[in-house]
Amino acid sequence: MSDIRPGAPWSGAADAFVRIEDVVKIYGDVVAVKSVSLAVERQEIFALLGSSGCGKSTLLRMLAGFEEATSGRIFLDNEDITDLPPYKRPVNMMFQSYALFPHMTVEDNVAFGLKQEGVPRNEIHGRVYEALDLVQMGAYARRKPSQLSGGQQQRVALARSLVKRPKLLLLDEPMSALDKQIRQKTQIELVKILDKVGVTCIMVTHDQEEAMTMAHRMAVMSEGQIVQCGAPQEVYDFPNSRFVANFVGSTNLFTGAITVDEADHVQIESEQLSRPLYVNHGVSEPLGMEVHVSIRPERIRVHREQPTGDYNWGHGMVGHMAWMGSYARYLIRLDSGMQVEASVPRLAMTQMDAPAVGEEVYIDWSGDSATVLTS
Amino acid sequence: MKLDFLHAPPSWRRVLTIAPPFVWLILFLLVPFLLVLKISFADLEFGIPPYTALAEFSDHTLRLVLNLRGYALLFTDSLYVATYLHSVKMAAITTLCCILIGYPMAYYIARSEPATRSLLLIGVILPFWTSLLLRVYAWIGILRNDGLLNNLLMGIGLIDQPLEIYRTDLAVYIGLVYAYLPFFILPLYANLVKLDTRLLEAAYDLGAKPWQAFLSVTLPLSMPGVIAGAMLVFIPSVGEFVIPEMLGGADTLMIGRVMWTEFFNNSDWPMAAAVTCVMVMLLLVPLVLFQYGQTRELGMRGGRRNG
Repeated sequence: MSDIRPGAPWSGAADAFVRIEDVVKIYGDVVAVKSVSLAVERQEIFALLGSSGCGKSTLLRMLAGFEEATSGRIFLDNEDITDLPPYKRPVNMMFQSYALFPHMTVEDNVAFGLKQEGVPRNEIHGRVYEALDLVQMGAYARRKPSQLSGGQQQRVALARSLVKRPKLLLLDEPMSALDKQIRQKTQIELVKILDKVGVTCIMVTHDQEEAMTMAHRMAVMSEGQIVQCGAPQEVYDFPNSRFVANFVGSTNLFTGAITVDEADHVQIESEQLSRPLYVNHGVSEPLGMEVHVSIRPERIRVHREQPTGDYNWGHGMVGHMAWMGSYARYLIRLDSGMQVEASVPRLAMTQMDAPAVGEEVYIDWSGDSATVLTS
Repeated sequence: MKLDFLHAPPSWRRVLTIAPPFVWLILFLLVPFLLVLKISFADLEFGIPPYTALAEFSDHTLRLVLNLRGYALLFTDSLYVATYLHSVKMAAITTLCCILIGYPMAYYIARSEPATRSLLLIGVILPFWTSLLLRVYAWIGILRNDGLLNNLLMGIGLIDQPLEIYRTDLAVYIGLVYAYLPFFILPLYANLVKLDTRLLEAAYDLGAKPWQAFLSVTLPLSMPGVIAGAMLVFIPSVGEFVIPEMLGGADTLMIGRVMWTEFFNNSDWPMAAAVTCVMVMLLLVPLVLFQYGQTRELGMRGGRRNG
């Protein structure tokens, strides 16, 4: 699946299946979406990730046709759909709270779209059950939505949005109405179904784990703009700003000045760390410039002995420790006063006899674990 | 003093909570109705009160006499039957007009901005601040042959002869629809304003044009509001007295007027009571059916879940 989806650039690709070109949405004097351009490939699952009010839902609603773009164009399969009303778009949406029609049975809910389309009766029945079987809800066809659990309602909503075979499927916070326990399982099932159907999908979520579990690519949005776009792992490993580093997973940020900048490495002096920071990639920025270094908690190792290297280590005291099951979360106060978060895997903990709160420890990390951020 | 009932076992507290409305209904609805029912089975008599007693005890016998004169007359005299039918017809047409006029109004109010909404709602409720009697008098002033409406229409040259509206059934319809419209709009508005607009978006998303979404989503979901409003219009309209009396002609047959005549002109209390009892029965049937439908729907909504 993913091999037929080349990593498209996040704007510009003239032959992309979904093209959002310079779309702006202004409500009165509030700019909800500030010039967003985006390209999504056929059969791709694309996630718009951001906190509430970042404009991701407005963008989704413009794709569905519920909101009119103030300016910019939206193309789907080379057709300009910007000015089409929602009922004329080959786009279907699964709503956040599912929006199932409470007065209709499951079957009638799924059949609704086909009836509007004027599909012949005998064909409707077949397609409705095909869609319900796809989500394993065929046995519940005669129930009313109120007689279903949250997870079952979600499946019906999915069947309803897939039954018309839309060119583009929109998912609005697909997991937000589900219990945490069944979320992860449902995420994987949902991706399986989407892959099976081969539908192009754009989803909106505020949950970075959800985006990472489900999406082939994702765009992180903030204040009406896309701040970074790429494959989930790429965005996680190489965030391009402090905002993204903090929003997608948690991170430790050191601030310092560049002292050495070569093609394959940089050195940074920070007041927050007694040793210089060494990062395995160049930045091509002037010496002395203030930059930030992001190191993910799971990249940080905790020791009792002093590391031998010249770079990337520090000394501190365990301020807090929490068992998370498969790993332990340490908060370590460095001598500089900075607090560093480290996730120590269970295996490493048993090997080293876990340091307790108040114990003095050393932390270190490798040069390829860190990323330099200039903004 | 210690408020003992607050610490009483829950069942007591429940009884205390439920009791006031029940006591109210028994004292002011059931008891008066039973009195009327009793009178309806009595015979006419000169005196105070002007009807005979139902039960009589003499010679060690308790004699219970149910006089069916009123009921017999009701079903044999075609005038009464015609009056009932006409009352129901007028109430039905009034209800229909209220639905046709009130639905768009309620819909518009429910869809407008919250600030405008409360203003429009006040507009709907405002007429209640004036006595109905005064408002009906105002309609006389409008509908009379030399009233505002005819003067206006003749003034702009639309008609030569004044329209005969006052003292016809049409005037009664106008009065009834005018008086009962708010009773239809308010419950329907309360229903429509709760409608989840995402359901409409879902309908559009699935290919429904706005009018199709209205017919398949808004209308069926607003039916409880329509029915509640229709009941509130239909039931009092059937027995309405003031409006047909003031706006209707001599031939406007309404059951409320018959009751009035029997009570005050003929002093025939048993007859008037019989007319009333039959009317209550007539109205109770649709009400019970409606209640039954409501509970069934509620029962279905709260249906079992299958995890």
